Amino acid sequence: MSNTSAEYEFKQKHLLGLADYSAEDILYVLDQARSFREILDRPVPKVPTLRDKTIVNLFYENSTRTRLSFELAQKRMGADVVNFSASNSSAKKGESLKDTIRNISSMKIDMVVVRHESPGVPHFLTQCVDAAILNAGDGAHEHPTQALLDMFTMRQISSELKGRKIAIIGDISHSRVVRSNIIGLKKLGAEVVLCGPKTFMPVFVEDYGVNVSYDLDETLAWCDIAMALRIQLERQDRATELFPSLREYHERFGIKMGHLEKYPDFRIMHPGPINRGVEMESEVADSDRAVILDQVTNGVAVRMAVLYLLSGGTRV
Amino acid sequence: MLLKNLRPVSKSHKGDETTDIRISDGIIKKIGSGLSAEKGEESHDFKGAYVSPGWMDMHVHLREPGFEHKETIKSGCAAAAFGGFTAVACMPNTKPATHTRDVVEFIIKKSESTPVHVHPIGCVTKDRKGESIAEMGDMKDGGAVAFSDDGDPVYDSQVMRVALEYSSMLGVPIINHEEDLELSRPGHMNEGRVSTRLGLDGTPGIAEEVMIARDILLAEYTGGHVHVAHISTRRGMELVREGKARGIKVTTEVCPHHFDLTDDEIERTKFNTNFKMHPPLRTQDDVDAMIEGLVDGTIDAICTDHAPHAIEEKEVEFIYAPNGILGLETAWAISNMRLFKTKKLDLQQLVEKLSDNPRSILNLDELKLEEGALANLTFFNTDEEWTFDLKNVRSKSKNSPYLDQKLTGRAVGIFNKGQLVLNELK
Repeated sequence: MSNTSAEYEFKQKHLLGLADYSAEDILYVLDQARSFREILDRPVPKVPTLRDKTIVNLFYENSTRTRLSFELAQKRMGADVVNFSASNSSAKKGESLKDTIRNISSMKIDMVVVRHESPGVPHFLTQCVDAAILNAGDGAHEHPTQALLDMFTMRQISSELKGRKIAIIGDISHSRVVRSNIIGLKKLGAEVVLCGPKTFMPVFVEDYGVNVSYDLDETLAWCDIAMALRIQLERQDRATELFPSLREYHERFGIKMGHLEKYPDFRIMHPGPINRGVEMESEVADSDRAVILDQVTNGVAVRMAVLYLLSGGTRV
Repeated sequence: MLLKNLRPVSKSHKGDETTDIRISDGIIKKIGSGLSAEKGEESHDFKGAYVSPGWMDMHVHLREPGFEHKETIKSGCAAAAFGGFTAVACMPNTKPATHTRDVVEFIIKKSESTPVHVHPIGCVTKDRKGESIAEMGDMKDGGAVAFSDDGDPVYDSQVMRVALEYSSMLGVPIINHEEDLELSRPGHMNEGRVSTRLGLDGTPGIAEEVMIARDILLAEYTGGHVHVAHISTRRGMELVREGKARGIKVTTEVCPHHFDLTDDEIERTKFNTNFKMHPPLRTQDDVDAMIEGLVDGTIDAICTDHAPHAIEEKEVEFIYAPNGILGLETAWAISNMRLFKTKKLDLQQLVEKLSDNPRSILNLDELKLEEGALANLTFFNTDEEWTFDLKNVRSKSKNSPYLDQKLTGRAVGIFNKGQLVLNELK
């Protein structure tokens, strides 16, 4: 079943953020992803739809799962893939991003998947080269494919997102995942509550049309789906100075087995990687209420759909 | 030399009469209508442009010595003349820092061949490190007109106290870049609705305001004169207003971009680094407050914080781009469009903010538009429409948020140091 009207045409050239995508665009991508999700369950999970395309994965920030997921999606579609990571490349020799991308582009690249610590880098690349740009995370700005795979997973739980109650728990300020999710979820009509320490809430966050709670129990009692965000322990200078200790964080905002018994209906998501014993107890992450590994599988399908559509493909 | 058809604006001229001005040996010899050129006398018809005492930008970065790839004293002065400024005061974040008399004298010497007077601002502290005060007395004797560690605040309150006490003995203001570095860290734009949407770390207005409050209290306690650099927030403006009402020696300045643009521009332009400066573009309420402060006299001067950066420095990821934008060439057009055309300030008030007040804060001679006075003049109009495109940038750098924008009002020339400079559009 398709959620988009017959006259609808997907016209996006890039995926810079969900802020630029309409509700119809988002639903269209999610519908396309369903076809790719089925392909992944086949004995030979391959479709040669990107056989004539060359894609560069430009990763200026460390990433394991997003990069693997993109790479798998690209390879399952037969694309030629080259990987660039800042740690072993010209960036270390002081070459500017603009020069790097223009050099790579001169080698005839069709698409660029980029992750960078600075918000706006995907937009900047669109001004430097002609290739389609896919944002794989720009600072704390957007991470659109993560939000798409999250919404895809939510639709597997319940196909209608309108009126769904979604709680997002944790470090809202420093999360690109949460920004893209809020934008996408609001466009699709979901209700969103953000839960976490006040020091993790960016100013004016209510402007998104979301509610803020500092009470985990109240939030879990309300929600259909609770998405816990990773506390970025590696960012010692930032996140960890905003709350007293991991112990206190887990006490007040960690999801525990007791919550699962007390509130029997909500499901659990996490964009990974999990800090077990911080965002949630280990048993919670491994429980049948969690769909965390489904998110990972769905990520490949969603990225296949996005790559396909931005390469100029139409309906599968 | 005969300058024809000018409308004088000064403390004693409202700009409603047209007259001619004769200058010889750099002195205004005659002001009167219907003057005709004597034999062999050079004559120029200004066709009704305004003339006022020469403008002064009390906050620019000329980058020399040390960063000549961004700007030189010569190119910066060309930009100043194009913007209608006959004088600038340049900030000491050079390399070496302007923290000794020899650097002060080097800058003045280098500027002598330009049509613009350059008044160096010396460092408050040695090497701008914020630790111990520099040789202010010696620098003043060499020509420094104020002291500042601009780009960085004087952070240590005890150092600021000593600086205010010492400079008050010299009768010279301390210009402080007001920023609580802990509160502002690691911001790349104003903290607010837009920074939340863009996921950029923000610098809250409060980071500026707590330092302004501290400095006003220190000025009150020491009797020193603190000049609040490039003010940008409503609460900051109100603090200065309160300080003035208490009789404290506090003055301030505002840049055109802070009474014109808001942080929305960064979202609208998709992270254009030519909208990144410090203090950052704030909100509409702050913009409105800047205009209120100009109107009620809280804000004394219009300055530009002209901060050239090379193309390769600005054409980078937003969080890596340096703060700062050009300002000299567009200051009048923005002031004209936002303050005069909107009837917030009349031309006499504008000339006060552009000439009388900055000169008075820096203890420079008052300029007069009368016979026998030194000819230090700015010529400008309020109706000409023009575009600030690349070929009209006089600065060595190109980092202006107003590039390719249609502007109204232009400084058509200056007369200073005995020479007439006419600004022709290319």
